Amino acid sequence: MSEPATTSPADGWFGELRFPIDVRIPSDIRFIEPIVGAVVRRCAAHAFPARVCRFNVPVALTEALSNAILRGNHEDSSKGVRIRATIDDRALILEVEDEGAGFDLEACMLDPNDDGNVFREDGRGLFLMCSLMDRVERIPARANVVRLTLHRA
Amino acid sequence: MGFQVRKDGDTCVVAVEGQLIVGNRQELKQRVLDELERGERKFLVDFGQTGYIDSSGLGVLVSLSKRIRELNGDLRLSNLNDDLKTLFELTKLDTLFQIA
Repeated sequence: MSEPATTSPADGWFGELRFPIDVRIPSDIRFIEPIVGAVVRRCAAHAFPARVCRFNVPVALTEALSNAILRGNHEDSSKGVRIRATIDDRALILEVEDEGAGFDLEACMLDPNDDGNVFREDGRGLFLMCSLMDRVERIPARANVVRLTLHRA
Repeated sequence: MGFQVRKDGDTCVVAVEGQLIVGNRQELKQRVLDELERGERKFLVDFGQTGYIDSSGLGVLVSLSKRIRELNGDLRLSNLNDDLKTLFELTKLDTLFQIA
């Protein structure tokens, strides 16, 4: 486990990683953007479409990481978040694991079409993940792991 | 990554440079609330230099929209690229905001 950063982590912190990524970050939202950047660069290097690299992956992974840090670990600095990313000729698979108790995906889904939800200030994260990735799932028997899958077109 | 605030006539223009995500959403909120406190009522958020927005960023925009409306003000969004337009359409927030 890395020690919590005292300043914003530089993007180069993850610069030496190669797929598959398997890294743990502290429960600190300042680590989100660097790890998202690292994954996006790998997607671009592996010829994923530009829109996927600049929109689908960064938004969905940011949501998964912020959920893990804020809701799973409650920003507890003694806990970490593990990110695993694999990519091949068929798909990108991201797994985000926190140290919380896990939650029911379906119970947390906000439907923007429901009356009144447009005025809510929270609750869109899971909906965005599901909208931007091909599959979002909890791993059986590992409720604190969310797996995001995006197939190549 | 940051926010640039400037006046354009009677409108307070806030440019979002980089991402609007969980890590900086509170800074945007505070910058706009500070301007509201100073008496500004017309706001334009310029996304011309924005990469992506997450649900926390969207939530802050909803929060600011409510607060500005309570004070009889006006909040508009401008220069959304196709990705950001998609984001607002997916979440139906294109029905809440005036998008120039």
